[in-house]
Amino acid sequence: MTSYDVMPATELYQPVNIEDATALAARLGRKGWLLGGGQDTYGWLKDRAKRPDAFIDLTGIDVLKGIRSLPDGGVEIGSMTTITEVAQNPLINEKFTLLSAAAKTVASPQIRNMGTLGGNLCQDTRCWYYRRGLNCYRAGGNICYADSPEGMNREHALFGASRCVAVTPSDTAPALVALEATMLITSASGSRQVAAEDFFVGPATDILNMTALQADEILVSVRIPRKWADATFYHEKVADRNVWDFALVSLCAAFKEDAGQITDARLVAGGVDCVPHRLREVEQAIIGQPRNETTGEAVKVRATSAATTLNYNQFKVPLMQNLVLRALRG
Amino acid sequence: MKVSLTVNGSKHKVDVPSNTLLVDILRDHLGLTGTHVGCDTSQCGACTVHLNGSSVKSCTILAGQAEGVHVTTIEGIGSVTDLHPMQAAFRDRHALQCGFCTPGMIMSAIDLVNTSKGLDNRAVREGLEGNICRCTGYHNIVAAVLQAAEVMQGSSDE
Repeated sequence: MTSYDVMPATELYQPVNIEDATALAARLGRKGWLLGGGQDTYGWLKDRAKRPDAFIDLTGIDVLKGIRSLPDGGVEIGSMTTITEVAQNPLINEKFTLLSAAAKTVASPQIRNMGTLGGNLCQDTRCWYYRRGLNCYRAGGNICYADSPEGMNREHALFGASRCVAVTPSDTAPALVALEATMLITSASGSRQVAAEDFFVGPATDILNMTALQADEILVSVRIPRKWADATFYHEKVADRNVWDFALVSLCAAFKEDAGQITDARLVAGGVDCVPHRLREVEQAIIGQPRNETTGEAVKVRATSAATTLNYNQFKVPLMQNLVLRALRG
Repeated sequence: MKVSLTVNGSKHKVDVPSNTLLVDILRDHLGLTGTHVGCDTSQCGACTVHLNGSSVKSCTILAGQAEGVHVTTIEGIGSVTDLHPMQAAFRDRHALQCGFCTPGMIMSAIDLVNTSKGLDNRAVREGLEGNICRCTGYHNIVAAVLQAAEVMQGSSDE
């Protein structure tokens, strides 16, 4: 059996500098497909669910790779840095273990060796109706198959649905939102910075795309400020399998404490919203409280006060609440 | 497109369509059929090879992404008369039944041992999470990897 007969013919551009890559992105627009490690990409093509005209392979651009410390004590990670490097990097393991913990739960070892941080952040949702290539809202059509009377929506959203009920699949995205990272984006017409929290967009903003990246733009790097470097972190991912699976619910939490009280906190959930979902009500409720079981029990319901359940995903409500409890229990 | 790559120490230049996958270069163009295609969707790990020393799934890598890299396949780690310690341990421990997953298991296990210290049962099971054995023969596979780790890590310390 040869497998190349199920990979449709696609042009492949392999620029070695950013200028050539942005020029290609500007010329090809949405007919082009930015390629990192390709670990999310080839499934789309093998299934014939997406058919870009051309790939723009970014992995040959050296300046998009690597991890360096920033003058402020933060860390900058190139978008084409592999997930394995993110998981094992000493700088990140010293200051931002929330991100390394999340990175270690991505897919499987071989995929982490090839897959990139940029690819993990920009990968498309796993809603199987959408990935099957059906003409749903997210694919440009006018129906959601998951949010229908017979739709199988066990993995779908509790928050932020707008026609589409798909959720973010990224393990690293909630960690970066919790750490208040900034995305550096470039195009042929200039560069810009976007807060991680604004980089991910829900269907009410743009139902066809999960990030703020425009068709001609490339994610260059992610900058994590020093702010949360001394915080205590909690990370947990719940999935059906230990490996090669996406989160049913994940939680990335960062706490700053002083004299036995929480002085600042960020709690961000994955798998429950089209974007990494900040638990603002919980964050506000725990300021001034000790980080313990009692506080957790008192505030956990606030994690889901705005949840709208579908036919088969009600289990995510107690699951989220329990993750918040466990994070606060420490 | 023309792709130049080094496979098991030998340089090759192949002329393939740009949508060719690395595993198809290995199997169809270079005749290295020890690398298997199981699922073709990056789940099962039967196609695992080393790219510059790291284990990757060759069914999910484009030919163009293999330009200039060093690939090591199951054919490149030992021979019938001179087995790699991991191959020898798989034989000693009966760590294969149908054998389809074995090349990928061995390549993943070698990378795991090369990049880990103090491996135990749990660490081996976690390290091989990207490889599926349809015969469910995991018990002996873990035993083989632990045996090989003693040999490989023992010799590297000398």
